[in-house]
Amino acid sequence: MNRILVTTSAAALAVAMSAGVAAARDQIQIVGSSTVFPFTTAVAERFGQGTGNQTPVVESTGTGGGMKLFCAGIGESHPDFTNASRPIKDSELESCMAAGVTPVEIKVGFDGIVLANSKTSERVDLTKEQIFNALAKNVVVDGAVVENPYTNWSQIDSALPDKEIEVLGPPPTSGTRDAFVELVMEEACPEAIEEADGCTQVREDGAYVEAGENDNLIVQKLEANPDAFGIFGFSFLDQNADKLQGSTIGGVEPTFDNIASGDYGVSRSLFVYAKKEHVGVIPGMAEFIKEYTSEAAWGPDGYLADKGLIPLPEADRAQQREDAIALKGMGS
Amino acid sequence: MSDLTSTAGETDGRTGLHTSEAAKQRLGRRYRAEARFKWLGAGAVALAALFLLILLSTIVAQALPAFRMNYVTLPVDLSAERVDPADPGAANYDGIVNDAILAQFPAVTGRQERRLARGLISSGAPPLLRDRVVDGDVPLGGTVEVALPLDDFADLYLKGLLAEEGRVQRLAGTVRATVEEGAATLAFTDAAILDRAREAGATAGEDGALALTASTASLLVRLDSGVFKLTGVAPADDGARAEAAVLRPLADAATAADGEAGLRVIATPEGQRKITDQEVVWIDGLAERGLTQTTWNTIFLSSGASREAEMAGIWGAVVGSALTMLVTLALSFPIGVAAAIYLEEFAPKNRLTGIIEVNINNLAAVPSIVFGLLGLAVFLNWFNLPRSAPLVGGMVLALMTLPTMIIAARAALRAVPPSIREAALGVGASKVQTVFHHVLPLAMPGILTGTIIGMAQALGETAPLLMIGMVAFIVDVPGGFTDPATVLPVQIFMWADFPEPAFQQKTSAAILILLAFLVLMNAIAVVLRKRFERRW
Repeated sequence: MNRILVTTSAAALAVAMSAGVAAARDQIQIVGSSTVFPFTTAVAERFGQGTGNQTPVVESTGTGGGMKLFCAGIGESHPDFTNASRPIKDSELESCMAAGVTPVEIKVGFDGIVLANSKTSERVDLTKEQIFNALAKNVVVDGAVVENPYTNWSQIDSALPDKEIEVLGPPPTSGTRDAFVELVMEEACPEAIEEADGCTQVREDGAYVEAGENDNLIVQKLEANPDAFGIFGFSFLDQNADKLQGSTIGGVEPTFDNIASGDYGVSRSLFVYAKKEHVGVIPGMAEFIKEYTSEAAWGPDGYLADKGLIPLPEADRAQQREDAIALKGMGS
Repeated sequence: MSDLTSTAGETDGRTGLHTSEAAKQRLGRRYRAEARFKWLGAGAVALAALFLLILLSTIVAQALPAFRMNYVTLPVDLSAERVDPADPGAANYDGIVNDAILAQFPAVTGRQERRLARGLISSGAPPLLRDRVVDGDVPLGGTVEVALPLDDFADLYLKGLLAEEGRVQRLAGTVRATVEEGAATLAFTDAAILDRAREAGATAGEDGALALTASTASLLVRLDSGVFKLTGVAPADDGARAEAAVLRPLADAATAADGEAGLRVIATPEGQRKITDQEVVWIDGLAERGLTQTTWNTIFLSSGASREAEMAGIWGAVVGSALTMLVTLALSFPIGVAAAIYLEEFAPKNRLTGIIEVNINNLAAVPSIVFGLLGLAVFLNWFNLPRSAPLVGGMVLALMTLPTMIIAARAALRAVPPSIREAALGVGASKVQTVFHHVLPLAMPGILTGTIIGMAQALGETAPLLMIGMVAFIVDVPGGFTDPATVLPVQIFMWADFPEPAFQQKTSAAILILLAFLVLMNAIAVVLRKRFERRW
């Protein structure tokens, strides 16, 4: 017994000691948004297969968490790229610069946010104002700010179906929720409410159900409940087109082409930030940027489009590629 | 006592305390209560078993398709012009695979169509072929038959999970097809095809013609070896006429055919599925020629993660979990047992040890994410250990399981009868000898039970690993304790979050692998426990 104990503790100690001498990193590390994660992982995989470099490690930490790690400093223990589902904030850029990090911004494409329901139900046409009235905590009725009284869609507009309002959507921690609030709620927000609570409050009386970060779960729940609507990223609508239909918003249907052309109003840009100081230090950085910005990846017929990323217009792609390959840093 | 006094009055000398009518009733009540309790207990067990059965059967039913995989065997040109025998790794395998699949469809010419045809084969096939060539599994020089993995949608279709089979039904009468510039005109002698088009959801135009679009069901007419997709049907004097697209040309590029035909209806409109009619016809063609085969999914069991559902494997996560668990065990078992022995056998009972004891109990209830934060602050930021490494994951999980292990080990030591210690001390053993020769071996089964509870808990954790970078997409199977790795529950979590439908089955399959891993780990503990088990 004694011997076993001694050997195991010796082994444990050896394991702990060996870690002290971590080998130099020859693998790209990427952190950041869970929305961009499915696209960056696809690029990482192709990059590993095609160039003979090690496949980069891609973590899904959320945009904010990724920025924090990315801007913490230069060196092997800090990531080389961060994914973001929104542009870098001024405060984040400042902390990056303070740590000596020069981010290179690459806008990689668009992501649409859709309001969808089951195919077994009818498709509806909504406006941003109607969505606001259905989901905001406080709305304006007859000139007065009141707590949201609507329980049925038909109460908002008689053209809408006489069904209970039930919308499954992401929780406040999600980037999709942030974007939805910014692109729909804040845009359709009446002035009286802007003064009262700042337009970002979503009702909490059960009509809006926080369904967690997993969009697949929302898809499954919509299948089971044809009366409910769900809010999620376009790629999930695209992959489940046999079961779900997207509601038109402002008369525009959420399709690949409408989002790419900018006609569909609820879409946001997706970004990848590269750390300029690491190029040439961590092997494969420049090649990875090249792979991400190649037509085979982010073009209209590229493999990222198959994964649901909506490509930038051609001129923007060329501009972004040029700036990225030239490593045009921010804030300098 | 109250029973005794109340019944004592009714006793007439012959009927005793326990034989009176009231006593019999009381006895009956007690038996009934016991029976009720037994039934309730059995019911609870049955209900739990039922839920377990439902859970397992749903997971197994969902997971089964993921363990099979469809390949297509194609002649692949590996002659010296395509692959340099001196440096086989440098060849253009994308081009080789593309040519192999396009050779199957000589009629395909347009750029879009070629792209669609190439999409039937997994994008992971070229690297796979390269690896097999470099390893020498596939002979070089000349054309070789090689099994290539199909794309995930083609795979799902062949598994019957994407579009319903839709049997081919014989059409009454005969059909005459005339092909001209890629489009076909079909003349039906029987007008029943019009009803079929109406059933499919086609709407009539002004001239009475029925238009079939991407939002109606698809009607595929099979004549000789050709397959035609109807785009519009109109009544005619002698039956019906239809415009059609050619999905598979007639044999020998003939421009006309006449004879009996079959009709296949795919009820899901083309616009609502991820697989087009053209792809369906191509895959069916490959299957009819006997080129596709279903085999055991070795890719799933032997490779790392991938964004292509058909190439995604669980082995990277299994190795990651095994490495992490090894570190956890190597750290938490000796430290936990040593701490328990000291606290139970050697430490004086004073205020300080009291505080330590309370803290250990509290630590066992701390949410696991807190240990992740600790790992980030101490192991990564201070010790500068690598991110995403099983070593750090194991250390964090060891911290998390330590309290559980110490508590279990202390309980096991306490359960050893004092007589054992006294006897050992009585024959002159030292305190250390008493503990290590007599008390610890007897406590071992209990300690192992605590260990396995702690390890099982650690195996299922994702939250603390988020902070130290193990919730990550990692393609390469880790080869050591400092290589980037992920673990099984993280892999399950990530696959559940991917939009591609094929990942749903992978998720369930990965859950089964996790359960198998857990059962294996428990089995080892049970065997060890059996060896140590002593009775007194």
